[in-house]
Amino acid sequence: MEELSLNILDVVQNSITAQASLIEIEVDIDNHDFLTITIKDNGNGMDETAVKNALNPFYTTKSERNIGLGIPLFKQSAELTGGVFDIKSELNKGTVIKAVFDTNHIDYTPLGAVWDTVALLIQMNGKIDFVYTVKKDNQKFVCDTRKIKNEIGDLLLTDIKTIQLIKQYIEENHKQILKRSY
Amino acid sequence: MKNLQELQDIRDKMKTIVNTRENHDDSVNIIVGMATCGIAAGARDILNKFNEEILKRDIHGVMVSQSGCMGNCQYEPMVQIIDGDKKTTYVCITPEKVKKIVEQHIIKKIPVTEFTIDQVK
Repeated sequence: MEELSLNILDVVQNSITAQASLIEIEVDIDNHDFLTITIKDNGNGMDETAVKNALNPFYTTKSERNIGLGIPLFKQSAELTGGVFDIKSELNKGTVIKAVFDTNHIDYTPLGAVWDTVALLIQMNGKIDFVYTVKKDNQKFVCDTRKIKNEIGDLLLTDIKTIQLIKQYIEENHKQILKRSY
Repeated sequence: MKNLQELQDIRDKMKTIVNTRENHDDSVNIIVGMATCGIAAGARDILNKFNEEILKRDIHGVMVSQSGCMGNCQYEPMVQIIDGDKKTTYVCITPEKVKKIVEQHIIKKIPVTEFTIDQVK
């Protein structure tokens, strides 16, 4: 993947398949330029064997194909920078995926346009709520579709024009918090 | 837009647009392949480009959605356009091709045969 934000888009597809109604995505940068991406959902979750399988590129829940590269690719991107990858899941509770990246490492993949990813997820999944949080230097920005739905009603949330505005809203605030690109 | 206030401001205006859209029977569905293969090949930019073109040209009765892997990963990004009972599958899509597909297929209803899957299979 060219950007970590594309890995996020890909990995969140698993949460959607797991019938999550709330998906939380968090980007956190600490003082040592370590970037942590957390993806948390309240979907069906997995048992221990399924979690192990999810890390195996030759495993998938899809019936028509026998490889699944989403999670392995994301894990690899983190580990290439000397970072760590962790997946915790509980049946009927949900799944939390955490990946830590050293943004100064030569093999670090740029984060890229997370706002594109989040806006697209909102547009494509009107029934699922998304919370996007970006944190750095004790500052944070949160975009919560539950709040947006309160403001404008959920009918409009998947409308292309509304989505463009939400995307700008996320982009501007994201850039303001991070101050530079990662 | 820095806060949600501005969203509220456009709410009323948007409501009328959504209502007219709901009454459209002849809606066209644009489906972009969004599995790992599609995403890696640039599907996100393709979907963005469709959004952009539809917004720019103020096209109504069109829905953009996503699908999983369509089974031809080497031809990603792939796009299917479903117009009534007609289904067209486009392969190896680029933002430039999106522009042409919107102009010809979506607006004029003439499929762009040079980009379809039967050209490569």
